[in-house]
Amino acid sequence: MKQQEDILPILEIKNLKKTFGDNAVLNGFNMKLFKGENLVVMGKSGSGKSVMIKCLVGLMRADSGNIKIMNQDITLLRKTDLDLLRTHIGFLFQGSALYDSMTVRENLEFPLRRHKKKLHLNESSEALVREALRNVGLEHTMDLMPSELSGGMQRRVALARALILKPKIILYDEPTTGLDPITSKEIIQLMRHIQKTYDTSSLIITHDVDCARVISNRMILLVDGINYVEGTFAELSNSKDPKVQAFFKT
Amino acid sequence: MVASNSIWDNVKDFFEEVGDMAHFTGRFFREVFKPPFEFRELLRQCYNMGNRSMLLVGVTGFILGLVFTLQSRPTLMQFGAESWMPSMVSISIVREIGPVIIALICAGRIGSGIGAELGSMRVTEQIDAMEVSGTNPFKFLVVTRIVATTLMLPLLILLGDAIALLGSALVENIKGEVSFLLYFNQVFDSLKFSDIIPATIKSFFFGFAIGLVGCYKGYYCSKGTVGVGEASNAAVVYTSMLLFVIDFIAVFVTDIFFGI
Repeated sequence: MKQQEDILPILEIKNLKKTFGDNAVLNGFNMKLFKGENLVVMGKSGSGKSVMIKCLVGLMRADSGNIKIMNQDITLLRKTDLDLLRTHIGFLFQGSALYDSMTVRENLEFPLRRHKKKLHLNESSEALVREALRNVGLEHTMDLMPSELSGGMQRRVALARALILKPKIILYDEPTTGLDPITSKEIIQLMRHIQKTYDTSSLIITHDVDCARVISNRMILLVDGINYVEGTFAELSNSKDPKVQAFFKT
Repeated sequence: MVASNSIWDNVKDFFEEVGDMAHFTGRFFREVFKPPFEFRELLRQCYNMGNRSMLLVGVTGFILGLVFTLQSRPTLMQFGAESWMPSMVSISIVREIGPVIIALICAGRIGSGIGAELGSMRVTEQIDAMEVSGTNPFKFLVVTRIVATTLMLPLLILLGDAIALLGSALVENIKGEVSFLLYFNQVFDSLKFSDIIPATIKSFFFGFAIGLVGCYKGYYCSKGTVGVGEASNAAVVYTSMLLFVIDFIAVFVTDIFFGI
């Protein structure tokens, strides 16, 4: 039984389609994410990666297809049930998306106010905030405003906020975009550390090859709205297919 | 042909915008009575909008009363009617000038602020982040702001009216040697409930309009930083127009019920 549970995907997308006017961004995309896995989805800018991840959390409605998260089809869920399911998903936005009118502490407390009891988190909010910030190495920034932090620090605080409800799945939307190479490496190391500490499954949307190399257990290339090819980093980087090679040539 | 198409497109856009705003208003009324209630955020917004607008409203009100009295005085003196000054000023300010001017000032300060704040939250994905964290951003951001403006504007108008009358009394005291006590006695003698109540009811609607348009423009902002500027600007322009429409309707309704 335990084995079967482990084999069942924690997140599954079937035949996802999304069109904007005449532009079919997603044209039957399929994907499975398994427990404890780091899955990287790579694609060119404008290939529909962000659209796909937004459909996953219900920020965008797909034209057709099924999205199952923890065995629940999110396209069929009521708003309240979807909100509850979202508490099991952490989302790291490309631009961090910290609430700039709130301090770091208030940013992290924000998801707790509504969902702490529902998720049976017994520790105090203060303890949870401290723990999340300690895990990203920024405990000392608790009372600072987001505008007082550097880009890398903002990204780490955003990651702490994504982790505060101890989610089972974390979605990363271009986690290293806009950061310098050293900070990018720090963020990638942090993502690996988080995955081990919290035992999460991660879906990482990126076009950063270094990030994909270090973090991925498996990769999908999103080309022309479909999952063009799947495999490990080594398999894809050695592929002879010119469309695949285009991603790995520097 | 091209010109007629363009006019038709503008008319279509206008009605689409009106429809969207009606839908937004409907959503507000559906959400406002549904728990959970965001009291903490509501209080924060009331403080931001009320307390932080007091100085602006106070200064505007004071100058309004001062200038209005200075400008009217010579004309009233020509007819030997300067003793009517407190009645004339108080009725004009409480019924019409105070609410409209202060609402316009607040549309500039509060409405544009809401438009810019929500607009920048939209383009930096903060609203999406709120939604993903399982919080209803419409309830947290929109409902609280609209309720706060609806509650705060009547208070700000009341404050502005009072300070405008104080400014007027000061001019009368200096120029006409009328004591403050006598001035305010005449003010309270001339003001009736039929002056105060319609103006107060009207100011709730003004507050609602300022919050609604600012939130609508900001919440559906797009096109990056340009969109934020447009949202902020449109919030002020649309609200100003809407305030005059509400004022026009309010005068008609007041005439029916109270007789102007």
